[in-house]
Amino acid sequence: MTPILEAAVLGILTGGVYALMASGLTLIFGVMRIINVGHGALVILGAYLSFAVWRNTGLDPFLSLVITMPVMFVLGVVLQTVFIRPLKTDREALSVLVTYALALGIEGLLGYFFTANYVRLHTWYDTASFPIGDFHVTYVYLFGFVLCLAILGVLFLVLYRTTFGGAIRATMLNRTAAQLIGIDVDRVSAVAFGIGMATAAAGGVVFGMTNAFNPGSHYDLISRLLTIIVLGGLGSLRGAVIAALVMLVTEDITSAVTSPVWASFVFFVVLVLVLLARPQGLYGVRVRDRL
Amino acid sequence: MRKSLTVAVAGLGLTLAACGGSGTTATPSPGTPITIGVSVSLTGDFSSDGPALEKGYDLWAQDVNAKGGLQGHKVTMKYVDDASSTQQVVTNYTNMITSDKVDLVFGPFSSLLTIPASTVVDRYGYAFPEPAGGGPSVFNRGLKSVFFVQPAAIEDNLVSYSKWLLSLPAGQRPTSAAYATQDDPFTQPQVDKAKSLLEAGGITTAYYKVYPAETHDFSALAQQVVNSKADAVILGTQLPDALAFPQAFIQQHFNPKTIIETTGPDQGASFSDPLGANTEGVMVPAGWTASATAYGNDTFVKEYIAKYGGAAADISADAAEAYSVGQVVDQASARANSIDNAKLITQLHSGTYNTVQGPMSFDATGKPVGGVGVYIEQWQNGSAIFVYPTTVAVKPPEFPKPNWK
Repeated sequence: MTPILEAAVLGILTGGVYALMASGLTLIFGVMRIINVGHGALVILGAYLSFAVWRNTGLDPFLSLVITMPVMFVLGVVLQTVFIRPLKTDREALSVLVTYALALGIEGLLGYFFTANYVRLHTWYDTASFPIGDFHVTYVYLFGFVLCLAILGVLFLVLYRTTFGGAIRATMLNRTAAQLIGIDVDRVSAVAFGIGMATAAAGGVVFGMTNAFNPGSHYDLISRLLTIIVLGGLGSLRGAVIAALVMLVTEDITSAVTSPVWASFVFFVVLVLVLLARPQGLYGVRVRDRL
Repeated sequence: MRKSLTVAVAGLGLTLAACGGSGTTATPSPGTPITIGVSVSLTGDFSSDGPALEKGYDLWAQDVNAKGGLQGHKVTMKYVDDASSTQQVVTNYTNMITSDKVDLVFGPFSSLLTIPASTVVDRYGYAFPEPAGGGPSVFNRGLKSVFFVQPAAIEDNLVSYSKWLLSLPAGQRPTSAAYATQDDPFTQPQVDKAKSLLEAGGITTAYYKVYPAETHDFSALAQQVVNSKADAVILGTQLPDALAFPQAFIQQHFNPKTIIETTGPDQGASFSDPLGANTEGVMVPAGWTASATAYGNDTFVKEYIAKYGGAAADISADAAEAYSVGQVVDQASARANSIDNAKLITQLHSGTYNTVQGPMSFDATGKPVGGVGVYIEQWQNGSAIFVYPTTVAVKPPEFPKPNWK
């Protein structure tokens, strides 16, 4: 396999993990119009929950999602109700402060309970791989990619094939109009935040199996996740997936062909060009606000 | 008009000079407690190193207070989180000196943070003994108050390793080497020096790349090292990438004859917990190990385990380096018979100081001289031990490195 092809495969596999992590962020923005800068911390919280389950029970991290995703969903509903719902005015700006405070609180609690030492989720297959020529495709990335497709597939089904999904999409399109036709937007928002946190738990598991992490790892994550959803179009699940793949494939190929120094630069050139052509991102919806 | 403007500007200059406060610091009255300020990275990229530093400083403070304090002054440590930020570290030291009026300051983690911090600390006339800022750019700015408390200058960290590789019999010696390093003032000078030494010794360079410290995804980079098929892999890492590279090598079934990383393998449990049994054979340049027989090391290790738990192998070198800073200041203040910063600065430029990392002195720029040097430490059977040179080696190096488990 040529270095460029290897880099593309690595980019696609890693991109799947980022797509999973970014999907919850874009969903939360789409429904509530809030910028959840604490989403990286929620991913790391999900990774630590799986780590705690794995360390105490030996349960496979993927199977631990049966426990951690519902826990994170409930926690998401509670956090939205307590911290986000009271924001009635200037939601977008205030939400940045509130969710950043949440991130710092989560980081502090994780540091208290787990220390600042790096940890990683171990499984029998975290280093197992199969060869394609000289290149080895790692099972854990492959499983993570499949999990990403499965969870995003379920999300698409919920959004486009259920009545509640219709309520979510209506809220995403126009919150006030959704209220006028009888949708309980507060309930929809709480559930959407819960779903976002549940996907963060899933993303956290794959991140924790492919990377060593500590409570401070969320700073690096959030900047990349925000970039992904801006490129994909704020609120678009499909956009988040495509943008994550574009980001990782672009960076990995650039790193292989030229230098890692240029990897981020080339991606940001792509980002700027896309935003010049489509300010709403790849799959975002252009919204006209009243002046 | 012009005269009054000149007077006003001169007055402003004098006022700023007075407020800027270069020069003298107040000396506390005999027997009064003192506060030592440190900016530590409790969040951000160095959030694993910051707490280790704090433990080392706290342990020293406990020890020095148990024997009556620093020149009779009971010591209290004051820590402020810098979030691993070069801006915040400057703010922290400025606030600690000007607002909190701490009596002494000790250094933060990394060359990256020490460089901006040392400028502001020097401006206020404080001594700046520091445990982890040893890049060349720490010493080439004409500062007289910075003292790097490690056994050798950073750029020489991989010299022992290079000598060892070149000393191997021709049939066993690696013929090619791959280098990848962060563009960090701590890591890159080490790797570049090793590269020049090994190239001069006939080991060809199969791959060399410098990557931004902000890099998060190392898989593509690691894949290029794999593709180089080099016998020796020399990596200029901090902890996150020190964990990511071996993981990628394991997944790609790439097992070079030798791997050394500039930082990471010396971080005790922070390195061994994520990698498990796959630490075996990985090397790191180090001036300290838990088993070293240096001054006070046995006591340090025992007290550390008693206070923080765990085993000797779990202790991060960061903690030992921080503890050494306290040891150096303790001895300097005893010789100067004072904890006045100006006297400490003068004192630290002369004499030899004993630490858990061995004896050391400082030249006019604060660079360590006359130390025992930096050796090669290797993970063997779950512990990091000295393996080269033979004068300090607990066991011979495992070469070639055993296969991944």
